[in-house]
Amino acid sequence: MTAPNPEFEADCIRRILAGEKQLFHDLIRPCERSIYFLLFTLLRNQAEAEDAAQETTIKVFRNLHLFRGESQFRTWVLSIARNEGLGRIRKAESRREDSLEELTEGQSGDFTPAVLTSWSEIPAAALERKELGAILRKAVEGLPEIYRNVVMLRDIEEMDVRETAVALGISEGAVKVRLHRARALLQRDLAPRLKGFAPKKRGKFFGWGA
Amino acid sequence: MRIDCKHVWEHISAYIDSEVAEDLRSEIDRHLETCEICSAVLDSTRNVVVLMADERVFELPAGYSARLHRRLDTEMANKEC
Repeated sequence: MTAPNPEFEADCIRRILAGEKQLFHDLIRPCERSIYFLLFTLLRNQAEAEDAAQETTIKVFRNLHLFRGESQFRTWVLSIARNEGLGRIRKAESRREDSLEELTEGQSGDFTPAVLTSWSEIPAAALERKELGAILRKAVEGLPEIYRNVVMLRDIEEMDVRETAVALGISEGAVKVRLHRARALLQRDLAPRLKGFAPKKRGKFFGWGA
Repeated sequence: MRIDCKHVWEHISAYIDSEVAEDLRSEIDRHLETCEICSAVLDSTRNVVVLMADERVFELPAGYSARLHRRLDTEMANKEC
C-alpha cells in the first residue's frame, strides 16, 4: 500500500478539474491496488474484479468534482468501489439466494484458536515457495465474506480501522470484532498446516535438530 | 487478578495491534510469561498476519495497471469533463 499524501491529492484534483486531465493517472495510481483487492474480495472473481475496478476508476474521474475532502481521497474512492461491487452482487443475487445471509453479521461460530505448545516463526523468505502463498490465499478466500473483506483491507492492504470502516460502511467496532474473528479463523486453519514451512536446523548426525 | 487463556485469546487481535489498555496489556504479558500455549497462539497468529501482508501473497493480475490506464485514456479522449 502506498501512503496517502493529502497535499499532493488536493493539488492534483484542483489541476485536473482545471483541465489537466492527464494528472488523473498519477492521482489514482496509489489507490489502484486497494480498489482491485476490495472488489476481488467482494466479487471473488479476477476478471470481474478487474472490470469493476476499471468502472470504479472511470466513475471517480467523472465525479471528481464531487469530492469534498472530508475524508481521505482513497477512502472516498473505496466507497465508490464498494458501491460498484455491491451493485454487481445485487444483480447476481437472483441467482444466489444464499449470499444475503452471508452478508449479515453472524453471532454464532467458534473462534477458538488452534492450540499449540510451541511455534517456530516462518520467515517471509519462505514465500519463495509458491505453495505457501497459495495456502495463505486459499485460507483468506475461504473466510466468510464479512471477515474476508475486513482482513483484506486491514491486514493485506494495511488500512487503519477508521478507513476500513468507512470503505465497508460498517462501524469501527465491527471492524475490530470481525478482524479478531478473521485472524482467529485463519490461525486455526493455517497454524497446523504452516508448521512445515518453518526453517529447520539440521542435526549433526541424526535427522533434524530442535 | 489472574486472567485465563480464553480471556487472552479474546484480546489477541487487539494485543497484536497494540490496542489494549495498559493494565490489560500487563496482565496478558504476565500470563504469556508462564503459558506456552498462549505464547504459541500469539506468535502463530502474529506470524500469519505478517505473512499475509507480504505483497507476494496477493498479487495484482499481470497487466492490470496498464489495462486500467489505457481504459482511462480512452475515457478521457471520449469525454469532455
